[in-house]
Amino acid sequence: MLRKRSYFKSKGLAYLLVLPQIIITATFFYWPAIRGIVSSFMRSDPFGLKSTFIWFDNYINLFKDPLYLKSIVITLIFSGSVALLSISCGLFLASMANRALRFTALTRTLLIWPYAVAPAISGILWLFLLHPSYGVVAIWLNRVFGLNWNPLLSSRDAMLMVVLASSWKNISYNFVFFLAGLQAIPKSLIEAAAMDGASPFRRFWSITFPLLSPTMFFVTVMTIIFSFFESFGVIHAVTQGGPGGSTNILVYKVYQDGFIGLNLGSSSAQSVVLMLLIVFITILQFKFVERKVQYTG
Amino acid sequence: MVEKTPKLDFFTYVALIVGIVVVGFPILYAIIAATLPLEEVSKVPMPMIPGDQLLVNIKEAWVRGDLGTQLFNSFIMASGITIGKIVVSLFGAFSIVYFDYRFRTLVFATVFCTLMLPVEVRIVPTYEMAANLFGPLQGVWNALGLDSIISWFAGHDIEVSFELSLLDSYAGLILPLTASATCTFLFRQFFLTIPEELCEAAKMDGASPMTFFWKILVPLSKTNIAALVVIEFVYGWNQYLWPLLITTNQKMTTAVIGLQHLIPSPEDPPDWHIAMAGTLLVVLPPVLVVLFMQRWFVKGLVEREK
Repeated sequence: MLRKRSYFKSKGLAYLLVLPQIIITATFFYWPAIRGIVSSFMRSDPFGLKSTFIWFDNYINLFKDPLYLKSIVITLIFSGSVALLSISCGLFLASMANRALRFTALTRTLLIWPYAVAPAISGILWLFLLHPSYGVVAIWLNRVFGLNWNPLLSSRDAMLMVVLASSWKNISYNFVFFLAGLQAIPKSLIEAAAMDGASPFRRFWSITFPLLSPTMFFVTVMTIIFSFFESFGVIHAVTQGGPGGSTNILVYKVYQDGFIGLNLGSSSAQSVVLMLLIVFITILQFKFVERKVQYTG
Repeated sequence: MVEKTPKLDFFTYVALIVGIVVVGFPILYAIIAATLPLEEVSKVPMPMIPGDQLLVNIKEAWVRGDLGTQLFNSFIMASGITIGKIVVSLFGAFSIVYFDYRFRTLVFATVFCTLMLPVEVRIVPTYEMAANLFGPLQGVWNALGLDSIISWFAGHDIEVSFELSLLDSYAGLILPLTASATCTFLFRQFFLTIPEELCEAAKMDGASPMTFFWKILVPLSKTNIAALVVIEFVYGWNQYLWPLLITTNQKMTTAVIGLQHLIPSPEDPPDWHIAMAGTLLVVLPPVLVVLFMQRWFVKGLVEREK
């Protein structure tokens, strides 16, 4: 770990300065995390009056539970679709904005703002657009394609709705990173390739795309983390996991089982599974991204 | 560009315009809906020409959703998280970079690990913690059997209980979201790029550590601070799960949560014009912050993830 060769000597002050961070971290990160891990090995009655140690029973039950397995599949479909849609749109718009030299700043302004919209509000906006009786897009779908579009009743339509709402919000984030990545690619490389007679498409696939791959990896990881955790707002505001559990992604299920079902043991076990997952994702991110990604802001 | 590609340039601009319109459509539609009266907004399909009811609808949303109180709460929460995170992280990073002490690596590692724990994965125990901040103390007290010892001394049964609840309070909305590994990292990263000579010179001039911090380090970090202000304000304003759990009182809830009550359910009249007027009010502050501070925002976002 790096540090300055020149430093101050007062140890007391050093501890005092870092104390607020340690107190908050210990109170709101470590204690709850430990409590969560402990209660994932316990069975307790809903009122928390009595609890018994049951080893891995919560975990075993979890992976035997068809609803949980279904939730895993739903989460994979959901994050996969959100990643695919928002990354491809973000990359496409960024490469277009990067080409439109004179208007890069303007397009950035016009595309960046959805980042500031809360996921829950993004959900509400799309619910209005896709509402079976009032939504303009829903009516259009029904009239033009003769679809019986109804995200309030149909599982497939509900999933599509939350995917659209989450992707929409995420396009702007991905766009910012891809644009930064594209602008960091040396112009001389592109020019040399152009002089050798490579067409713009050829240049994109043979030069830009490979050079952009670290950004791509990073953006993919971030999008997956977003769709795993922050999409809670979209789900809670719009579908509440329904209809029939069809949009009950893992993080929503933790909340539902813990706070509505009061099944603390199972909810804690689910939290621990999610924690392990995010530890895995973070390690992955550090292993690859820390070393390879080079940004120049 | 390098060579003339009129067709591709044309395609580029068309694609960008289409992209901007498609991305902007949900909010454009919301703006139009917010200007219409009920009989217009519930027409199928809704007319795409704005009406003149915007102020009327906004007023109605303001009153019906109690948005004044909730926007104020959102503002307190977002600024509290922003200021708290930045101050705590500045101090923390200063300590980690500019001092040498035995537990420095441990402190760093402790903070580092919290990167991996978003509030969503530890909601139940964090909620318990916030519901009674003295829960751990009570646990230790009970484990040591101190009640019975005191009862023995006093000669009759005494039960001591410690309680401090953060539910329905600003502290509860702000504190659990204040510790931030990412901000500490960003500042640490930046401090490490500051030349050694600055600190040496300050020490030679007899400046105390805190003078060095306030007079040199903080002014040098201005750009980073500005960038984090934008990012953390948006983060705080848009929080959903935590305020949903910690507030039960309508008067303490934030605007993003409160908006929920304006969304018409199948039994209600389809007051989408009111819902959309409210939505615009809640979306406006963070969007304005991002648009006006774009330069810092992008810099902070890209640098933060380095």
